[in-house]
This record gives sequence, C-alpha cells and structure tokens, in this order.
Amino acid sequence: MPKVALAMSGGVDSSVAAVLLIKQGFDVTGMMLRLWSEPGKEDSNRCCTPDSMAQARRVAARLDIPFYVIDAKEIFWEKVVSSFLDGYAAGDTPNPCLVCNRLIRWEFLLEHALALGVDFMATGHYARSKILPDGRRLLLKGNDPAKDQSYVLHVLTQEKLSRAMFPVGDYTKPEIRQIAEENGLSVARRPDSQDLCFLAGENYRNFLLRYRPAAFQKGAILDSTGRVLGEHSGLPNYTIGQRKGLDISSTVPLYVLEKDGINNTLIVGTFQDLGKTGLSAVDFNWTCGKIEKEPFRAEIKTRYTAQAAPGWVMPESDPTRVSIQFDSPQRDITNGQAAVVYAGDVVIGGGMIVKSR
Amino acid sequence: MEKVYLDYSATTPLDPRVLEAMLPYFQEKFGNPSSIHRFGQQAESAVETAREITAGVLNCKAEEIIFTSCGSESDNLALRGAALAIREKTGANQILTSRAEHHAVSKTAEQLERYFGFEVKWLDLDPFGRVDPAVVKKAINEKTALVSVMAANNEIGTINPIPEIGEICRHNRVIFHSDAVQAATYLPLDVEHMKVDLLSLGGHKFYGPKGVGALFVRSGTPLLPVLTGGGQEFGLRAGTQNVPYIVGFAEALRLAQSEREKRSAQVSLLRDRIIGSILEEIPDSRLTGDPKDRLPQHASFVFKNVDGNLLLTLLDAAGYACSSGSACKTGNPEPSEVMAAIGLSREWGLGSLRVTLGSGTTPEQISAFLQVLPGLVNQARSLGGK
Repeated sequence: MPKVALAMSGGVDSSVAAVLLIKQGFDVTGMMLRLWSEPGKEDSNRCCTPDSMAQARRVAARLDIPFYVIDAKEIFWEKVVSSFLDGYAAGDTPNPCLVCNRLIRWEFLLEHALALGVDFMATGHYARSKILPDGRRLLLKGNDPAKDQSYVLHVLTQEKLSRAMFPVGDYTKPEIRQIAEENGLSVARRPDSQDLCFLAGENYRNFLLRYRPAAFQKGAILDSTGRVLGEHSGLPNYTIGQRKGLDISSTVPLYVLEKDGINNTLIVGTFQDLGKTGLSAVDFNWTCGKIEKEPFRAEIKTRYTAQAAPGWVMPESDPTRVSIQFDSPQRDITNGQAAVVYAGDVVIGGGMIVKSR
Repeated sequence: MEKVYLDYSATTPLDPRVLEAMLPYFQEKFGNPSSIHRFGQQAESAVETAREITAGVLNCKAEEIIFTSCGSESDNLALRGAALAIREKTGANQILTSRAEHHAVSKTAEQLERYFGFEVKWLDLDPFGRVDPAVVKKAINEKTALVSVMAANNEIGTINPIPEIGEICRHNRVIFHSDAVQAATYLPLDVEHMKVDLLSLGGHKFYGPKGVGALFVRSGTPLLPVLTGGGQEFGLRAGTQNVPYIVGFAEALRLAQSEREKRSAQVSLLRDRIIGSILEEIPDSRLTGDPKDRLPQHASFVFKNVDGNLLLTLLDAAGYACSSGSACKTGNPEPSEVMAAIGLSREWGLGSLRVTLGSGTTPEQISAFLQVLPGLVNQARSLGGK
C-alpha cells in the first residue's frame, strides 16, 4: 500500500483530502508545519494556530491516521518572512506564499515526509496533475474555476510533481463540503482568507514598520516625465494601481504606476497609463517539464486573483527568463508577483515579475 | 509493522491481574463507601483493604494513606496543603525544591509564591540532576516550611538520596515531601527508611489504572485539605472514593513490590545495553542523569544539534514510541527546565531522547531499535541542516 504524507491544516479541504486518500487505499500520515509567528501572536497565525492544530489532530484521530507537527519556525523566518521584508524594502510587492510553497511546503516538509518513509505528499490545494505518455507530469487547474490554486503551485519542478498529489482538485468546493458532511467531519468553517498567515490578521504596513522601519523613507512622487508632483510617505505604503491616498492635487485622477526602489520614487499617471502590455519574468520554472525555445501563444495570470489574459510568451536564451507581450494592456502588473503561463488548463510555467512596460 | 512501546515512564498498560481485581467494583459491588447499608459496607471494606495493602508496602499505618485522583493531585495536596497549614502553625513560609521536579510540584510552588506569599528557593542540582544533601543542609533554615525533592526523576532517571535529605529535614524539624511517582515502579518505598513525611504515588506508572493516586501523610503532619466537602479520606480529600480504581491501585502496587527484583532484572540488562550501544555508536551523544543511581528501566540521552521532537516523529514512523524531555505535540520545541537545570546548552538540550522499558520489552525489540536509531539521529541532524 503506497504511503502518502498529507499536509493538514485543520480546514475542510485537507481534511476531505485525507478521507479521499484513505478511500483510494493509501496509507496516510497527517503532517503539519509549525511556522513562524510573531511572539505573542501564535493564536492568530492562520496556518498553524493551536486551534487549527488541535482541529487537524482531531480529524487525524477520527480517521485513525498518524499525525505529526514539524517545527519550521527558523527556516520560515529565514526564507519567507525575511525575504518578504527585504522585498518590500526594495520597493517590490513580494508574494511570500510562492516562496513558502517552493522552499517550505514542497521542500522542507517534503524532505521530512520522505524521511518518514512516504512515497508521495498530498495537499488540499485545488489543482490536478496528470502523467503524459513521455513520463512528464503536468500540473492542471483545479476543476472548480472559482477555487483554482494552480497559480501558487507553478513553482513545482518535475521532480516534486512526481511526488505530489492533489486529491481535492477533481472536485468543487461545494462537493468537498458535502463529502465532509457525509463523513461527519466537523471541521472549522473558517472563511477563506487571502491574508498572509504570519501577519496574524494585521495590516502588513504595521508589521513592516516594526521589522524594517528603514523601508519607510520619504521620497518624491513623479509623473512619467520626471516632474515632481509631491512627496510619498515610503514606498511600502503604496500598491500598483492605487488611486486613493496619494495626496496630490490634479485635474485628472492619478494612479500609482511604478515603485522605483532604487531612486525611492513613486511614479504616477493617468488611468490610460495604467495598462501595461509587456513584462519580464525571472526564475522561470518550466512546470510542464519542457523548455520552450520559440515564442508561443498562451494565457497569463499576473496575480493570484487576476483573470488569465492572452498573449505571446517569448523565451530568452537563458531558460529561466521569459518576456511576455499581452494582446491588450493589463492593469496592476506588479514586481515581485508571479506571471504564470497557461495553455488551457495546463500550467506551462511561471516566474517572478521584475519589469513591466 | 510491529509497534514497539518504549515509553513506560509515561504510562503502562494495565496488568490483567489488576483488571481482574477491579472488575467486581464497577457493577456488582458498586456501593458508596460512605453509605450505612450493606452495599456501602462492601465498598468501604474494599477501600480499607486497599489502604492496608498500600500501608503494608509503605511500612506505615493505614490511616496515613490518602487516596487521590492521580500523582499530580497528591503533589498538589502535599505542597499546598502542608505549606498553608505549616505557615498557619509556625509562620515558616519558605519552600525548598528544585527545577527538576515534576510540574505538579514546581508549578504548585510557583503558585504558592506568586499568589500566597510564600518564598521558593530553588535547590541547585549536580550535573547528574541529583539534589546533593549538602545543598539542602546549607539552604534549610528556621524559615523553611517544607522541602520537596522527588525520589527519582521522570526525565533523566536519577535517583535522589532521599534518606539523607530526610535526615537533614528531620534534624531541622522541617516537613519533607517526596514525589515517588516514578520511583514506585521499581524502588522500595519504606517511608521509615526514606524519612519522609509526605510521599506521592500515581497508579498508572506501575501497571495500575490511570486516574488514581495516593499520598502518604505521616501522623501529625499539618495538612489543609485542597478539596473540601464530605469527610472522606480522614477529612483530607473530599469526594466519593473511586472504589474500583483504588482497589486496582493497591493490587498493582502490591504486585510491583512483590515482583520488584524480577522486574528490575528483566529491564536493567536491556537498559545497560541501550546506554552502552548508543554512547558508543552515535557521535555527539551523552547520557543524561546519573550513570549509576538511576531507575532500572530508564535510559535518557541528549544528541547535539538534533530536534528531539523530530527524532520522536521519525522513530514513531519507524515503529518505536519513545519520548523526550520536551514532550511537545505542537512543534514548538523548547528545552525542558531539567535540561537547563543540569547545565545543558540549547544545542544539546533540544535533542533529548528518553527510552523507558517495561513488561512488554524484549531483547529482540531492543536489538532492532538499536539498529535503526543511529540512522534516524543522522537523518534528524541532516534534516535540521545542522
């Protein structure tokens, strides 16, 4: 009987994943990571509160599977929280969930799971995978378009995909809830949250202010011709596309176009300037296992919640870099977020946005 | 895969002979020991027989035995009850104890300090975790109300020189409490020899049921009840007695003491093999606790730069149930107070492993365990990236 480690959160998705895996005949071991929380805020870390831990432990006990918690505080701080702080300090808008999926969940946890003697690791993500005749493994969108989480999983390499299972990806959220009820799993009906776990419900600006006060340097607000329009209160206080709170008088509404970390300036412009048709991405992972050399048509998502938009993907000579040209201008393309390339349901690959134009 | 239990200091399975003794008192002889009628008399007789058996083992009078719900309750009653009553009587308000004590003692002492105006003096330990009688002798004074030193340590297995400490207390007319919850399984429990005034026991460490304990209270020891109510247990512990569990407690204690030498011999040889083999084969490993004066079923170690909880997880996945000095199921490891108290740094103190043997342990299990352990320690080290 193949052994599967399941990353459990105490929530409905990973709990039902356990039920599904057991029904498929796998020997399941529940696992959970103890992530970094600010001292005194352990109760509010969305991913590993004592509460959610107790809930996961309870579910594991009900299903009679082993359950272990692995301490990841140190590595999570080093790899995820620190790089989040550094990214903001450099004027970017980093996405720590991507780093966590790449270095914590699908590396640190996977290594620990393999050490326990498992063959696969499963999560409660809404995504699917399939094997091609040539042995490659494809990552696909989850069947519930409203819940698809393939965006954050584009970081998976072929090696990791060969170990990965996504039991809930074939179902919709309502179906998952129904399975939970049929199996008497009284899991927490926590609202799905987009907040970062380690912020513990707090505004990221306050968090940043405590840990990187130097990131808040006042600087100039410029228009795209370099004319000074006013003063900004520190780049981390702004997001691309933001209109309110700029505190400059203008006859037309102005939006944040760019955060220039090197010169500590905020570039603003009109609604028309907001749309960008091109971007460059680095650290590009060819999730699909095949490095393309020629430009190809695809749909590209530039943030977790964005709609995929059609365009051309142009690989550079360095296979970890691509340029992307959209068919029509896209709003709010933000450095530090990922551009994820899809062919229909299939994740071709993804990388971190470093430039838009 | 066979699951091998090597955590007998955490708890033990119920001895079938004990279960047999308990069974009639659930349904057939279910009476309340306080009742006047025959049902009550039957139950009362069972409790009093259990008290006599227990007193026989401890070499004390039956009326010096108070049944409680567990070892922790016994510790609470001993510390809180004696401290409050002694202060009332003599004005003494100092408690001497150590950081290696079970939390049932140390947390109670801390509460007495924080909320009840007592002063706690923490006795230094030697590197084996032992309380040196000379340290007690130096610390004890006319303000001392109570000394509490455990008979044997749960985490590191060290046996304390209880009779010597008892002698010092007696000489200074200070009440002496000892937590013997771990010691009771394998050590003689003669309260005259130990020179204790209060002695805590818990049933489930010696193949009795969980949820029952006892406290020896030497006649004349000032003690304020912690649970007030009916006059059960000589007015020192209110609440209807848990008859079947008290019967089980006494039977298990009787068996433990009558089979003591046989049981000790069975585990101590295997324990010595574990200690020898681990220290020889695993680099950066140390024995914790006293190499000589330790519980016969108890082997405990620290491994440098190992996450002890991770090691326990790897061991469990490999089929071996052990424990550490920082039992923590939430993945938030901190070295235990005991590790700090015996002077271990964090890089050593986090990597503790406790292997405790018992009735089900076989030489084959230990051979297999010793085969897999070095590899798992290695794995824990490399996963920790250290």
